[in-house]
Amino acid sequence: MSVVLTLCKAFLVGGLLCVIGQVLIDKTNLTPAKILVLYVLAGVVLGAVGVYAPLAEFAGAGATVPLTGFGFNLAKSTAEAVNERGLWGALEGPLSAASVGVMTAVLSALVVSVFARSKDK
Amino acid sequence: MMSVSNEDYAAMTNRAAPPSPLALDCLKAFLVGGGVCCFAQAITEALVLLRLSREDAKLLAMMTLIVLTAILTAAGVFDRLAKHAGAGLAVPITGFANSVVSPALEFKSEGYILGTAAQMFSIAGPVIVFGCSSASLYGLIYFFLAGRR
Repeated sequence: MSVVLTLCKAFLVGGLLCVIGQVLIDKTNLTPAKILVLYVLAGVVLGAVGVYAPLAEFAGAGATVPLTGFGFNLAKSTAEAVNERGLWGALEGPLSAASVGVMTAVLSALVVSVFARSKDK
Repeated sequence: MMSVSNEDYAAMTNRAAPPSPLALDCLKAFLVGGGVCCFAQAITEALVLLRLSREDAKLLAMMTLIVLTAILTAAGVFDRLAKHAGAGLAVPITGFANSVVSPALEFKSEGYILGTAAQMFSIAGPVIVFGCSSASLYGLIYFFLAGRR
């Protein structure tokens, strides 16, 4: 039963974060690329001021899967890195926090581009 | 001549007009985006049941979404879905993954170095630059406010 509730919370919060993005796409001239940047920045800022951690606690993947969650993870992991390594953490933290997501995307893009070609051509 | 008050007229046009595209777009974004997050949560819970740590389960769920996006992008399915889902697929990590895989494929004809590898970061690059730079700045501030213990 608690799993169903967890899934519902993820659905609700994740869906709402996407609706905000949809309103931005429809009502402003922002391209999706700019919205991705905006979302990551928003995640870093919200993570830094401590707003996002409770949301991630509440919604799980609903808060961490949207790109704001990527930004939140950058901020959170950088703070942890600073706790461990002092000022070095400010340089080491961000890229190591991003590494799993970015490397998975890069490796799958490489593999896919070897085996497939663009459908537009 | 029929007299129609402003309120009646507004009500009549409301009935005649098709549902606003914004409302429909938002509904689709909500359902698809919520569905993607719910799917990731389900994978996480399943992996936790298989005795993986929650941290690892979250990472694996995210990786699943990225790899699935790469496969669907290569199959040409993702773009068709994204046309309907809008932000529902663009805002989750699927949008980030698609922004890496799609140009990698599209510019393959220009070679692996200047095509695939260079274009891979045309959108992901700015995301990483601004995301990591702001996180780094936050780390600096955090160091002077709280980290020096």
